[in-house]
Amino acid sequence: MSLREVVYCGVCSYPPEYCEFTGKLKRCKVWLKENHPDRYNELYGAEDETAEDAAEIDAVGKKLGESSIGEERENKLEKDLLKLQTKQENREQRELAKKLSSKVIIKREARTKRKFIVAISGLEVFEIDMKKLAKTFASKFATGCSVSKNAEKKEEIVIQGDVLEDVETYIHSLLKEKGMENVKVETIDTKKKKKPTTETK
Amino acid sequence: MFKKFTKDDIHSRSNVKSSVQRTLKTKLVNQYPKLEPVIDELIPKKSQVEIIKCEDKIQLYTVNGEVLFFQQFDELIPSLRLVHKFPEAYPTVQVDRGAIKFVLSGANIMCPGLTSPGAKLPDAPGFEKDSVVIIKAENKDSALAIGRLLMSTDDIKSINKGHGVEMIHHLGDPLWDFTLE
Ligand SMILES: [Zn+2]
Repeated sequence: MSLREVVYCGVCSYPPEYCEFTGKLKRCKVWLKENHPDRYNELYGAEDETAEDAAEIDAVGKKLGESSIGEERENKLEKDLLKLQTKQENREQRELAKKLSSKVIIKREARTKRKFIVAISGLEVFEIDMKKLAKTFASKFATGCSVSKNAEKKEEIVIQGDVLEDVETYIHSLLKEKGMENVKVETIDTKKKKKPTTETK
Repeated sequence: MFKKFTKDDIHSRSNVKSSVQRTLKTKLVNQYPKLEPVIDELIPKKSQVEIIKCEDKIQLYTVNGEVLFFQQFDELIPSLRLVHKFPEAYPTVQVDRGAIKFVLSGANIMCPGLTSPGAKLPDAPGFEKDSVVIIKAENKDSALAIGRLLMSTDDIKSINKGHGVEMIHHLGDPLWDFTLE
């Protein structure tokens, strides 16, 4: 007796026969063909890769032909899956574009003569849990930190204390971790001004 | 069970002693006797099992950062990655193609998805209510989920209505994506 060697898809992490359910099938197929051509042929047949999308769908359809749930339900399922795939791809592209074009703003404001706060806005598009991040800052800098709505009704994190540089470093590493190091991070320092401007963009 | 699981649900992690590791392996083999010939391949003697205690009394057992099995109460439940390495060892049911997308979304499995022509249940006497079962799918090699029978497999066949299997763990849930740094 021996253990099974299991291949997991490098795109969606599922065993490759389930890629069709993830909405990432196109990318999954490219990965599989490059990394495990045998498995690719097993699943999708040795079809010509330059073929149009229609042929690709045909090949999947062939495989689906063996199914037991009836042609009508099968067709519906296939349509649903394709719709899901297009939807997901479009959404991913939209979200990526949104992320890349957005800007994180870190702002230092004087609260009293010697006290400052640092406010971070523009994080909401990066799927960052603001409350958790606030907690992290609170314990990291041993200070008060909360999430509030700014003038534009967007969530921002407000940290008590003069921690602008540290926050900047942290935000950069956080974005890098998410593969978003190209996102603009703007710092606004109103420390020396008497009346801080409220302009944020 | 892992629908909302995140890293913040982790309370502590620690290495288990080699004596405890042996006890765990014995327990796994008692629950799934067919694991006996491969248990030392699945969990090599030299490996270090870590226990990760989480919210809701869930405990994960990992080797090299990969979850191999877990428990909430007394029973040890294998992770899908462990199942994939040696699927023969576990009681198994099969859903039809139409049920796959629902299973992958984390839903409980309805009886008709287990009794249609593409599905498979064991012959009588089958499995008891509350057994942990591995869920495979029509025309697919690997298991896609692990669940607990809400009625015996014989009842699923004869009643054929309502929820048959409660979802525990499936491809793509937070446990599937879980990694330790
Ligand atoms: Zn995939």
